[in-house]
Parts: sequence; C-alpha cells; structure tokens
Amino acid sequence: MTHILLRHRDIENIHSYDIYAANGGYDGLKKTLSEHSPAEIKDIVRKSNIRGRGGAGFPAGIKWGFIPDSPGPKYVVVNCDESEAGTFKDRELIEYNPHQVIEGALICAYAIGAQACYIYFRGEFMHTAETFEEAIREAYANNVLGENILDSEFSCDFYTHYGAGAYICGEETALLESMEGYLGQPRIRPPFPAIEGLYAKPTVVNNVETLANVPPVIINGADWYLTMGTEKSPGPKIVCLSGHVNNPGNYEVPMGTTYRDLVFDPQYGGGIQGDKSFKALLPSGGSAPIIVDSALDAPLTFEGLEQYDSLLGSASLIVMDDTVDMVWAAYKLVHFFNHESCGKCTPCREGCFWLESVYRRLLDGRGRESDIKLLESISNQMKGETLCALGEFATSPVLSTIKHFPEEYRNKIQENTSKNGHGQIPVEETVQASR
Amino acid sequence: MLSEKYQDEIQAILTKYPQSRSAVLPLMYLAQEAYGFMSKEAIRDVADVLELDPTEVLSLAGFYTLYYEEPVGKYVLEICTDLPCALRGAEDFTEMACQKLGIKVGETTEDGMFTVKTVMCLAACDKAPMLQANLKYEENLDEEKFDALISRLRQEAAEDQASYYGVEAYKRSLKQEQK
Repeated sequence: MTHILLRHRDIENIHSYDIYAANGGYDGLKKTLSEHSPAEIKDIVRKSNIRGRGGAGFPAGIKWGFIPDSPGPKYVVVNCDESEAGTFKDRELIEYNPHQVIEGALICAYAIGAQACYIYFRGEFMHTAETFEEAIREAYANNVLGENILDSEFSCDFYTHYGAGAYICGEETALLESMEGYLGQPRIRPPFPAIEGLYAKPTVVNNVETLANVPPVIINGADWYLTMGTEKSPGPKIVCLSGHVNNPGNYEVPMGTTYRDLVFDPQYGGGIQGDKSFKALLPSGGSAPIIVDSALDAPLTFEGLEQYDSLLGSASLIVMDDTVDMVWAAYKLVHFFNHESCGKCTPCREGCFWLESVYRRLLDGRGRESDIKLLESISNQMKGETLCALGEFATSPVLSTIKHFPEEYRNKIQENTSKNGHGQIPVEETVQASR
Repeated sequence: MLSEKYQDEIQAILTKYPQSRSAVLPLMYLAQEAYGFMSKEAIRDVADVLELDPTEVLSLAGFYTLYYEEPVGKYVLEICTDLPCALRGAEDFTEMACQKLGIKVGETTEDGMFTVKTVMCLAACDKAPMLQANLKYEENLDEEKFDALISRLRQEAAEDQASYYGVEAYKRSLKQEQK
C-alpha cells in the first residue's frame, strides 16, 4: 500500500524540502492559491468529511466554517501535544514528514484568513522536533512561508511553541491557555475557539494528523478521499499498536479495517507475543473503555465500537495478553489521569484522587467488599459532570474493567478480606443532581 | 541575570508572540538551564523580564512537570512507566536502572550526575522500555544498553559536552530564526 500520510516510508528523506517538492509536495498549496477561493477550499474540506484525528472526530471542514469572515487577526494552531498513553503517531509525522503538516496548516490558514500558524509541541518533543524546525526554515527559504507566498497575495508566518509536560494541554482550550502563558486548564465554553481562541481571536485548533490529510484532499479532490474508509469515517488512519503484540508500531490503514486484523494480521500487529493469548485491548489509549474478543470484528471507524460502548478516539491500541491483571491495568490508567488532572473542576480533581486511593488499597491487600460499588459510585459522580473530557476518560478504564472482569475485582477483594476482615463499610447510592 | 545572559534569545522569543506573557514557558526553560532548577532566583528573573508577579511564575513551575523545583543531576533520566511501557517491562527496567545507580526513583546520584524520575507517556510506546535523558529519546532499552548509555553520558560530561537540561535544541532554533 502506498502511504498517504506516512509517506516517508515510501520516499526516503521526504522531510527535506527538495524531496518533498519533487514528489508533489506543496502542489496542494499551489493549487489552493492559484485555483481556489478560501470559500472553495472550505467547501472541499467539508465535502471530504475529514474528521479530527486527535480523538474527537469533529469534521475539520465544519470547524473551519465556524470562523467568522470578519477582518482582523485569526490563527491556526496545530495541536502536537500528543500525550495520550499509547499514542505516538503525530511524533512520527513531525519527525519524518513535517512539510505535509506545514502545508496542511497553510491551506487551513488561507481558507480561514489567518496570517499566522503556531504549532504547540509537548515540551518533551524539544529535541525530536528539530527536523520540524528545519522544515520551517526551508519553507521560508523557498517562499512557501512568509510574505506573498508563491508570489500570491497570501502571507503567513509559522511559529513553534513548546509546552512543558501536561497531558491536559492536548485539550484545545487548555492548549490555548498554556500558549498564552497560563496554567493549562480548560476554558468554559462558549465562547468556542472559533470565535474567541488564541488571544481572544478566531482560531482553528487541529491535530497534526488531521492537517496532514488536507494537502492530498486538495490535490485529488473530496471524492477521491471519500473512496477510502466508510461513509461516516472516510480516509486513511494511523493506528498506534502497543503492548503485547509481536509488531508494535504505527500503521496507516484505511478506516474500516477490523480490530482483529490490526492485532493478528502479520502485516500489522502479528498476533500476541510468545505463547500467550489475547485478553483485551484499549482502543484509544487510556481514554476509551476496554474491549474484549467479542468486539474485535468491529471496523476501525468513528462509529464502529458504539455497540460495544467504546470509541475510536485516537486509534492507539494497547493490547494485553491473558497474564495481565485487569485491576492493576485500570490502576495504571487511573494513576495517569489523577496525575494529569488539572485541578480546575472538583469532580475530576477529587474523583481521580479517590479512584486512585481505592485502587491503591485494592492492590495493597486492603480491599473491601464495598469497593466495587464505591468505584462505580465515584465514577458516576464524575461522568458528565466535568469541565472537559479528562474526568470522563478517567472513569472509562474503571467502569469497563468492572463490567468485563468483575471476577478479578472480586477475587482480589476476597484475598484481602479473608486476610484482614475489612469490607463492612456501606456505600451510599450515587445521588444524581437534578437538572 | 537572565536578561543579560540570554539577551538575544529573550528578544527572539518575544518576537514570536503578540502578547509577551506567552513567552513565560520558554523563558522558564532558559532560567532552568541558567540556574539548574527553578530556584527562587530563576523564578524572580523570569518574573522581572515579563513584569509578572513571581508567584505566577512559581505556580507555572508547580503545574508543568518539566520544570524542576528541586536541584537535579546533570542528566535527568525520565523513564516512562505508563501502561503500554509497563506491559513491555518498564517497571522491572526502572528497578534495574535504580539499582545500578544506587538510588531510588526521584533521587540524584551522589556525584550529582543522574536523577531518575518516572514519568507519564512519552509517545514511544512501541519502543519500550525507553527513557529520555535530558529530553533526548533512548529507546528499546535493556540492561546492556542502559549500561552503555550511562557510560556514554559520563563520558560526555567528562568532556564537558553534556547536553544539560535539554534546551540546546530550543536555543539553536532561536538563533536560526534570528538570521
């Protein structure tokens, strides 16, 4: 298969401007500037139905369409905060195919009338982003960035910005707060970034992979893009495979490939390591409910896992074999979310703290009979009550492992209670606030 | 003083943003390099340049994990022990690494060379166990490769070529932007 996004796997050194340009690079930008009005570009992207690859799946064309036509500064912000456990696709793009991301961002800037693009890297990418920094310099030197790009009326600058270690900054409003020099905490919406984003100006925030989809769509047209994947989830998708598979790594596949193929097909995951068998997988890093064998024939699409109460998300598959203790796995993820909760809203800040505390005692041999109910109770007080999705994410490993593996919790508690006799503390039913 | 030592860099950073407050995280990286960690002086210098209240800078240092509030070794080894890495042996690897260096997680070796921290996902799950040494990726590690890494870093430090605090890449990018 020829890659559309991970093009460096077919063409060596495509990170350099000359090689990118010699292989059709910046043709999408040229076509944009010479043949299309901004409205036409927005129309093509909307028709192609490129859906956000950061995890939320929001159609890029609709996001761009929210930007008002009014004069004044506007911004494109590329979200490269990639911090979800199990996700490493944007890193490969910025390291090996940076010009495609720059080109996508520029086409977006032209469409919405922005004069500046920023890319927000997580701070940990400071060294690995050097190829991207070099790509920006090359782009300026070749007049695809700066004043009167490719001798058109369009001018645009491109700046890099580094965060400093905070998962929450991948949430778009927290990212904007962080870029403005504040704590990375989500904003209350509305207003949405399209109206008041960076420096309170209209802003599009798009994921790295989302923008990498844009140049090929402009070159080949929306209809071409719609031939890949499914009706509701068109295009290619980069899948990150990690955990107990034989071949972990990134794979670019058409949307609609099944989870079973991704795990077992020799051209992808190549099955489970050693002589172990498959137990479960997390389809979107830590943030989507766990799925088991019965869901593996579902297609990798935004809607594919709906009936199994899970999500596509960022398509980072963490695969686990039959030796994994699911209570421990849930604890690891809850620990992650507790560490990364920004502390702004109470249900998430307190909820994550208490979830982790209960897991710690379960694993320390101090579990109580009431703890399953307690975990559910805490989770239900977080779900739908938090300012951003992080609090919701934190509950998904908890509730989904209890759902699929209740006996593992019960066994752990039984081991504990038989030793020390805890377990008599009653848990009140969750009180749902009336709305 | 930060404003004297990094005059050019500060200028280059400030020109990137329409509002100067956006420069605070980048300036904190420079201050951390200058002082070794986010000491009171480092905080005050950043606050002075941007005319911020020092407590605001302090709160940022507390929120973002890449700013160190205590002194650290020349090399900060940040080992990912999140679930995907843990499934591929990161927890045993961490234990082995700590044992070799004779320290616990969070501590610094007596010679001031290495600090070991365990951190959240670093986007290298397919190459676990892995770590970042002053933000440089070291992947697909095992005991042998860890030993080799430690001697390499010691060698670098002995030759005074250590990449302290990991911000040289950032400073390079600023120099080139100025041209």
